[in-house]
Amino acid sequence: MTDTPLNPPADLPIKVTARNVVVSYSGKQALHDVSIDIPDRSVTAFIGPSGCGKSTFLRCLNRMNDTIDGAVVSGSLTIDGQEINDKTIDPVVLRASVGMVFQKPNPFPKSIYDNVAYGPRIHGLALTRPELDEIVENALRKAGLWDEVSDRLNHPGTGLSGGQQQRLVIARAIAVNPEVILMDEPCSALDPIATARIEELIDELRENYCIIIVTHSMQQAARVSQHTAFFHMGHLVEYGSTEDIFTNPRDKRTQDYITGRFG
Amino acid sequence: MALSRTSHIVTAYGEELDQLADDLARMGGLVETQLEKAIAAVVRRDASIKPDIKAREVQVNALQVDVEKRVLRLFALRQPLATDLRMTISALKVATDLERVGDLAKNIAYRAGDLADYAPVALTQQVERLGAIVIKQLREVLDALASADVEPAVRVWHSDDEVDERYNTLVREMLMSMTEDSGLVGPGVHILFVAKNLERIGDHATNIAEAVHFMVTASPLVEDAHS
Repeated sequence: MTDTPLNPPADLPIKVTARNVVVSYSGKQALHDVSIDIPDRSVTAFIGPSGCGKSTFLRCLNRMNDTIDGAVVSGSLTIDGQEINDKTIDPVVLRASVGMVFQKPNPFPKSIYDNVAYGPRIHGLALTRPELDEIVENALRKAGLWDEVSDRLNHPGTGLSGGQQQRLVIARAIAVNPEVILMDEPCSALDPIATARIEELIDELRENYCIIIVTHSMQQAARVSQHTAFFHMGHLVEYGSTEDIFTNPRDKRTQDYITGRFG
Repeated sequence: MALSRTSHIVTAYGEELDQLADDLARMGGLVETQLEKAIAAVVRRDASIKPDIKAREVQVNALQVDVEKRVLRLFALRQPLATDLRMTISALKVATDLERVGDLAKNIAYRAGDLADYAPVALTQQVERLGAIVIKQLREVLDALASADVEPAVRVWHSDDEVDERYNTLVREMLMSMTEDSGLVGPGVHILFVAKNLERIGDHATNIAEAVHFMVTASPLVEDAHS
């Protein structure tokens, strides 16, 4: 739809750049020529109806489409100027710097400690046990979970409440020093209090990370993000400051979607 | 307001926005009639319309309360966005302005009763002309609101200068007349109050024009919109 990138509204350094990204699954095109610049140290929300391509695009950013048979991704996608579709890039290393949080919390069937320590261990981020302890504590603190679990780090992660599990998963992502954190409907399985905790956490984390969140809740996008991109039928239709998108969308399709009208 | 009359997926939500628009339209209609009657009463020096004006004012006030309730409810239960958000906010502002216009129209009508105690004053003709302009402004801006049309709203906004000019001229001439003939001071004071109230109504019409502009374009109506 658009060859010219839709620029972010704020004066922030660009973290993620996409140019003419096209994705098809078994020959069926799911994403058409998406070009976008996503700024660092802020939250960008992807909104749009089911099947609009927002999750497909999110999955391009940590090459999760690689794992889907018949998925073909073309175009350019860079993080800090580094082309991530370059075949020399190891997806496992990429996924350490591009963490992902899913709709349903998915802690490993391990202790709380080991859930967070898993990434730093396989990536060799800690040489000694005290170093690893420090990484685990830091990550749990940043995820706002430390005070609730510090006395039971050896308990299974799956024994925590849904909201705590989601924060554990965020701690696990943080533990490997990511650059970008992707969140795909991170609160849709949580109650309003747990949701508020995650939203507060997102707000704190944005000081240090580039966060991209896919959400079906327009109110959530409005609450947590500074920039919003609206996808429709595989196209990136509109991208701007969250305030502009929710008070004065330019495109009729955006307008119809966010006001709940038939398009 | 035309903006709300579109197909919301949740029918009840669309209906609530429509009801808000209907309330405003009813309020506008009542206030417009109130003003017309009040000015006619001043011209005729007729005290008899007081009860009618009072009854209408009660209705206008009740509608304003209704609009506030509806807006509160929409925010709490529907979280309106984009055009719906701007329409809801604008409705709240417009209702406040219309309530004020109703109040000022009532004041004008009460002055008509006071003027009945005096002989006719020549300057009443100018009040009538000022009133005609203000009524036209109010009617046009209410139409602009109903049709969500920016262009007439901007026109009303500009015509406020004319109201101010006529008002200033009227005050000047009234003062001169009162200086020359102290017998005119009694009715003159009432005429001046009527003129002042009309000028204030013009300001409220301007406010409504600004609300319509914001509702439709999402930007404030400011001086550079002159072009």
